[in-house]
Amino acid sequence: MNIDKKITNDLVANEVSFVTTVPCKQLAGVIEEVDKRDEIFHIPSNKEDEGMGLCAGAWMGGKRPAIIMQNTAIGVTINTLATLIQYYRMPLPMLISYRGELREPVACQVEMAVHTKALLAQMNVPTYHFHQQSDVEEFDAILKYTFMCNKPVAILTDANFWGGYGDQ
Amino acid sequence: MIRSEILKEIAPILRDQLVVCNIGIPSQELHAIDDQPSNFYMLGTMGLASSIGLGLALAQPKTVISIDGDGSVLTNLGTLPTIGNNMPPNYILMIIDNGSYGSTGDQPTYTGKKTDLAAMARAAGCDDVVEVQDVDTGKALQAAIDSGKGTVMVVKCDSGNAKMPVITMDPVVIRDRFMKAVAS
Repeated sequence: MNIDKKITNDLVANEVSFVTTVPCKQLAGVIEEVDKRDEIFHIPSNKEDEGMGLCAGAWMGGKRPAIIMQNTAIGVTINTLATLIQYYRMPLPMLISYRGELREPVACQVEMAVHTKALLAQMNVPTYHFHQQSDVEEFDAILKYTFMCNKPVAILTDANFWGGYGDQ
Repeated sequence: MIRSEILKEIAPILRDQLVVCNIGIPSQELHAIDDQPSNFYMLGTMGLASSIGLGLALAQPKTVISIDGDGSVLTNLGTLPTIGNNMPPNYILMIIDNGSYGSTGDQPTYTGKKTDLAAMARAAGCDDVVEVQDVDTGKALQAAIDSGKGTVMVVKCDSGNAKMPVITMDPVVIRDRFMKAVAS
């Protein structure tokens, strides 16, 4: 099955019904799929910390949220993760495109890639790294884990996972 | 009027609604004036009251009032287009605009100078935007609730803070009792 559909099916199967997104070329397919599904309310946000605020509110309103974003936004959301999502103990699956890894064409992306796992580790955010396409099989279990423990959980998805960037 | 005087006056209206209250002194004031399980106090994360309130209003049908400040909206300006393009009928964003960063010592914000938040909200796509003076807040808030339309209120008032104690309630307690109030 196509990865975008598989990820979206897992979101729906786990009753994730409120998804906010900040775009990324790698995530374009999954964002399009999320947008198409009637079971999911899709609300694009302008910045990732804003998106986490939306997710916090949606969760308190009884919906399971998720955020789809780039790893550069870890730099934007540290305070929000610490003082909102973690402090109030809220679940938040973060599906993250891991830019700046192998096959990356844009050098500047590497500058946040080298900090991504260190920052997530410093924040005690459980982190999973999808490198092979078969890694997507764990997504369902990761969602269950997230809503079991009420924590933000990061799923880093690199270029190899998405099948590269096409012709460069 | 300063913010705490407005909050005292509108407390009887807020009591029956879900309220998301901005970080710092606004939450301390509301907590001291009329603590309710239906109040969600932000203890950190400046700027996100409007986003949390929007997410909450989109997720369930009860009326949600976010009490925000001019400084906090300025730090999260992307919130206005998101609200403007997704405004649910049960959401009221009330921006207490006193032209200053109250919690940090009343340093001036740009809304006390040339910046017009009501005009920015309209330009961002918010259809129902009202600008009111402090003394008219209660009337305007009740009208917004009764209208059943998503509304952005910009309440112009004086700069200043009441001396209130810091909130010591555990964040998970605040969140848990708030969620029970949402679900009740």
